[in-house]
Amino acid sequence: MTVTRAPADALSVLDRPNSYIGKTVPRPNLDRLLQGRGQYVSDLELPRMAHVVFLRSPHAHAKIAAIDADAARRMPGVVSIVTGRELEAVITPWVGVLSHLKGLKSAPQHAIAVDRVCWQGEAVAAIVATSRAAAEDAMEHISVDYEELEAVTDMRAALDPAALVIHAALGDNLAFERTLDAGDVDHALSGSELVEADFVFGRHTGVTLESRAVVADWNAAEARLTIYQGTQAPHMVQNIAALHLGLREAQVRVVCKDVGGSFGIKVHIYADEMATYALSKLLRRPVKFVADRVESFNTDIHARDHRCRGRIGVRPDGTITAFEIDDLTGIGPYSMYPRTSAIEANQVVNLVGGPYATANYRARARVVFQNKNVMCQYRAVGHPIACSVTEGLVDLAAAKIGMDPVEIRRRNLIADDAYPCASPSGMKFEQLSHHASLTKLLQMMDYDALRAEQAALRARNVHRGIGIASFIEVTNPSAAFYGVGGAKISSQDGVAVRLDAQGSVICQTSITEQGQGSESLTAQIVGSVLGVSMERVRVILGDTDHTPYGGGTWASRGAGIGGEAALQAAKALRQNILNVAAAILQSTPAELDIVDNGIVNAADGAPRIELNELARIVYFRPDTLPPGIQPELMATRHFVPRQYPFAFTNGVQASWLEVDTETGFVKLLKHWVVEDCGTIINPQLVDEQIRGGVVQGLGAALFEKCIYDERGQLTNANMADYLVPMSGEMPDIEVGHVVSPTQESELGAKGAGEAGTAGAAAAVANAVNDALRPLDATITEIPLTPQVILSALGRI
Amino acid sequence: MKAAAFAYARATSVVNALELLAMHGDKAKVLSGGQSLMPAMNLRLLSPDILVDIGGLAELRGITVRGDLLVIGALTRHVDLLRSPEVALHARLLRDAVAHVAHPAIRNRGTIGGSLAHADPASELPACVVALDATIVVRGSAGERRITATEFFRGIYETALLPDELLVAVEVPVAGQASTFFFQEYARRHGDYAVVGLAARAVVAAGRFSALRLGFFAVGDRPLLAAAAGKLIDATVTPALLAEAAAALADELDPQEDQQATAAMRRHLATVLLRRCVAALLARPELETGVGK
Repeated sequence: MTVTRAPADALSVLDRPNSYIGKTVPRPNLDRLLQGRGQYVSDLELPRMAHVVFLRSPHAHAKIAAIDADAARRMPGVVSIVTGRELEAVITPWVGVLSHLKGLKSAPQHAIAVDRVCWQGEAVAAIVATSRAAAEDAMEHISVDYEELEAVTDMRAALDPAALVIHAALGDNLAFERTLDAGDVDHALSGSELVEADFVFGRHTGVTLESRAVVADWNAAEARLTIYQGTQAPHMVQNIAALHLGLREAQVRVVCKDVGGSFGIKVHIYADEMATYALSKLLRRPVKFVADRVESFNTDIHARDHRCRGRIGVRPDGTITAFEIDDLTGIGPYSMYPRTSAIEANQVVNLVGGPYATANYRARARVVFQNKNVMCQYRAVGHPIACSVTEGLVDLAAAKIGMDPVEIRRRNLIADDAYPCASPSGMKFEQLSHHASLTKLLQMMDYDALRAEQAALRARNVHRGIGIASFIEVTNPSAAFYGVGGAKISSQDGVAVRLDAQGSVICQTSITEQGQGSESLTAQIVGSVLGVSMERVRVILGDTDHTPYGGGTWASRGAGIGGEAALQAAKALRQNILNVAAAILQSTPAELDIVDNGIVNAADGAPRIELNELARIVYFRPDTLPPGIQPELMATRHFVPRQYPFAFTNGVQASWLEVDTETGFVKLLKHWVVEDCGTIINPQLVDEQIRGGVVQGLGAALFEKCIYDERGQLTNANMADYLVPMSGEMPDIEVGHVVSPTQESELGAKGAGEAGTAGAAAAVANAVNDALRPLDATITEIPLTPQVILSALGRI
Repeated sequence: MKAAAFAYARATSVVNALELLAMHGDKAKVLSGGQSLMPAMNLRLLSPDILVDIGGLAELRGITVRGDLLVIGALTRHVDLLRSPEVALHARLLRDAVAHVAHPAIRNRGTIGGSLAHADPASELPACVVALDATIVVRGSAGERRITATEFFRGIYETALLPDELLVAVEVPVAGQASTFFFQEYARRHGDYAVVGLAARAVVAAGRFSALRLGFFAVGDRPLLAAAAGKLIDATVTPALLAEAAAALADELDPQEDQQATAAMRRHLATVLLRRCVAALLARPELETGVGK
């Protein structure tokens, strides 16, 4: 059959025969992972490798008077016991601040505490032994003389002038404050109905299946440190490790193959990881640290601990006139390194009110120190707070004026034809689709039928609720996120693509894979653009020696930024291949195309030469090529967004649930999401990203909370007491899409990693309040535990 | 999270296990299914000198009917209770309860003897054996003794079992045709320990209870056989009577506060369970919501 098509260059690079874009194809790494051949750091064994265990402070705040490790040093298998003071000689302390977060302050943090511990779980000494068990045995024989200090735990009390200042040199416990005043809030509110509420968010954490793991291997002969680590940002780790160990970056190689989940937990530099690098250098042998589950709860970053007072003004016709917030968050004793712990509060200020046309917005956010574990960026940083406050207020406003929650959103969401535009906080929106998304959502959930069902059940004393939450999501961050503040965290990514001698493709990318499908989307793009089948594309990632320089995978940037670099690299290689083919075939590149692993005539698709034959000629018989031809079967391209600081996406979620008003238990019945991440590369991967994100949001809504007592002790640091969401409690989650590609890249992809988490808790909270409305109860606190619900209902 | 070093002995017979226990006293721990013991050891909450593994003692395994008793060997795993036709026929309450015990992987290893000897006040099986009026059979160097379930549980993780004794079997009276059962628990997630739970056995005739045993769990330091049940036996259950029973129940409970619930919430949930249980057993749904607080 002859197929007549337009010349190849007139086709979009994505819209080609046998394109993998927009198709659900199996992830290339699945067999490897399912057959137990994943390369997780937790499994890594090296010759002469020792294991480190950290003795951790049982106190939230204490002076270290003395450490006696003599008995422990004599225990079998012990290689060395190292204190903070001793490790200081090898690694310098750091301060987690960035210059674009004006006024942000923090104190120097050490790899292992020196003189003083500031949270329960901070490392006090490292025990290095031939096995983890031997190290734990020895640890029991170390005695530490602590002088307990007053612990600042309640974030509201941290700013009290009478409160103890955790770092005296900083003057007070206020780490960061940001205010914003856009439009004329007072004027707008003066003619409006006002609704106010205090929103309270539990501190929680991202529980990864594989805990944090690192093997550091200092090779004294090469004066080079190899760090095997489950991280989201290998080049960032390289930079930071080199900086604090007094090495050049070229002396540090970071290898990061398979990672058992990250969710933002593994995008930071932790003190115990720094200590492990330093211990390897000190002891001149490989040292492995794998956090156990208790350590994970006590030291993996926490997030979300916010109290936010919110105010909304609304007119009787449903017009929202203004938003106002006052947010307070406690971040632990140090601002995390190197991304800082001010980002979440900053995001809350950026994002509140974001989906709505309202121009009047006033905000204050304060970030305080406290003697609890450090807090920092976790999946959907700030979004769930901003979304819950905004959407909670919108629902309260609707209830106040007696308007349906959908109707008030229809009247206030930014119109789909209003773009480009900016929010009162200065966020630039290229193209969003709030109304199209809402329309699609209502269709998917059959909103009117659900309302009728709800009414019928209420008559039978069954309390079901519907909750809606519109959201915006920050993705594809440019240098505006970290680079401008002085952090050496790349916002650009690079991809190198090479045709090998049998016509297969090797592709090296600087993005990383933690389960999202980075390998798959890279292979799909490269295969599609090049015209080779996916099984011929091998993707290499996670190795600073062997990939281009780049940011990695976080903040929903892998597909949008790394994917575009892959597209551009493949395009360049494709042109190079066509140039060679034209020379071999005495044709012109424009007359040729690559389809199904072979060169064909662009005009009629007739096969001309297989890629493996072309590669054979190029690599082994270049003598047969016309003079002057120097084939270049490798191409590298980099990409970073420049026009927009962030590629905002949007979407809307809905929750349908039942509250047992006698027991306070909530049963999630159904959840819907419509989101707009632009071009969809692999629908299944996007849908599962959304579902996974929703589940983490539902965890926050109903289950997850790090419970501290007043002395700063984390009291539920285990998987029995810290309740992660599990499949038995999860509803079916239906996902729909509206597609508004970004024009900033040829690929058009925006991120999809945070959307699920951004709005899930808000939808659930609104649904619970919707269910309880006839009972006159309103709850603006998560997690919505049975205790919280029964208390609000006055049952206990 | 690695256990401290310990010695290990695999018992070859009950006699051998008892010898080992007599030799090591409270420095030994019996390893049955290991589903509570091993995590506790890995967290170094427990560091026994020696584990006496009774996993190979076939004589402790299995479910048989002897006369009017259903005899369940101590090593019978949760999954076996779930699948046993004898349990389904004679003590359905155990089957209903086991479905709420943790998750399949744990049910495949955990044993009834281990669960009872561990005596976690929030676990299901201790309340069931109390509701079923079962007898716990233990063996020591001095021979065998039988302890009624209500006497067996003494406090949080405390039982009448002596350090040199082994729990060998549970004897459950075979349920008559007229017996009905109710099992429900409120747990934050499927498989979690209950916030409050109730295992009940009843005989209902002509719309009245002629017998009613209510075994509440997670409401105190041990499973509680509620005396309040007495108010409902041989009486016409009205909303008012049920309210009276609920008030009596709330009075007799002494719940602990923990991260899931205050004492007040536990009392409240126990009364909700009571109402739902009575409504279900009498097939009178109106009783479920008939009692105001």
